[in-house]
Amino acid sequence: MADQGQFSDLAMEFMPALYTAALRMTRNPADAEDLVQETYLKAYRAFGSFEAGTNLKAWLYRILTNTYINTYRAKKRRPEIADVEDVEDLYLYHHLAGDPSAGLGRSAEDEALDRFTDTDVKAAIESLPDTFRIAVLLADVEGFSYKEIAEITDVPIGTVMSRIHRGRKALQKALVDVGRARGLVGASDEAR
Amino acid sequence: MGHDGDGVAGPGSHAGAVEPPAGFVGCDETIERLYVYLDGELTEQRRIEIARHLDLCGPCVGAYGFEQELRKLVANRCQDRVPDALRERVARALREESGATAD
Repeated sequence: MADQGQFSDLAMEFMPALYTAALRMTRNPADAEDLVQETYLKAYRAFGSFEAGTNLKAWLYRILTNTYINTYRAKKRRPEIADVEDVEDLYLYHHLAGDPSAGLGRSAEDEALDRFTDTDVKAAIESLPDTFRIAVLLADVEGFSYKEIAEITDVPIGTVMSRIHRGRKALQKALVDVGRARGLVGASDEAR
Repeated sequence: MGHDGDGVAGPGSHAGAVEPPAGFVGCDETIERLYVYLDGELTEQRRIEIARHLDLCGPCVGAYGFEQELRKLVANRCQDRVPDALRERVARALREESGATAD
């Protein structure tokens, strides 16, 4: 049992993380702000059912994710497909490797990564279908464990792993597409 | 070109992947498990196998380092500042809510 009077003290520090996730989910600031406010209100009302000492951040994310899915996603239901059959492992790494005869060192790919801006990365994430976007956000932006993500999204761990795996592949593909558009990745490069 | 292994590398692997000695995992398996390894979610036995391979294989370490950097990039390039107006809005909404429930 958690005391409602303590809610603000405990929960407010997570707002930057929740707002960032809300922005990636809704893809626009006005909806993101509404989503965050709704999440805090719902959490406040339900705080009596939160078990003190358990993971408050994960609990807030669960409310955020459910609210997003129930409220915002219903507006524009799209097929949940991440077409990653043709995306092999290390897709981005291989595409950034460029021309091997140029004698690029191992760190060249790492340096190429640095040229991706905030806008590039956000655009790539936002291009993913909902299910995969949420999985990647929770795993790679927030660093939740598979078990935590399973609890937040209410699916078995095996499903979580598959969504993260496909989501990351889709993200690498999206980054290559974004990188190509910005000239960071060679257009003709059919690297593997 | 490092090794002269032909046809050992699978589709996901790097050029010149080596056939693992008995008891060791190869490049294909290492690359396949790289993400779960980075996530810290492998069983202890598997984690040790992958770590041992990475100790010996330069190309796989290159890929590992890259994926590690990519992970950092995704986390770091994806942060947004909370607008002051939102903080105020949420604080106000919670105050009103607590007033409403206090009655």
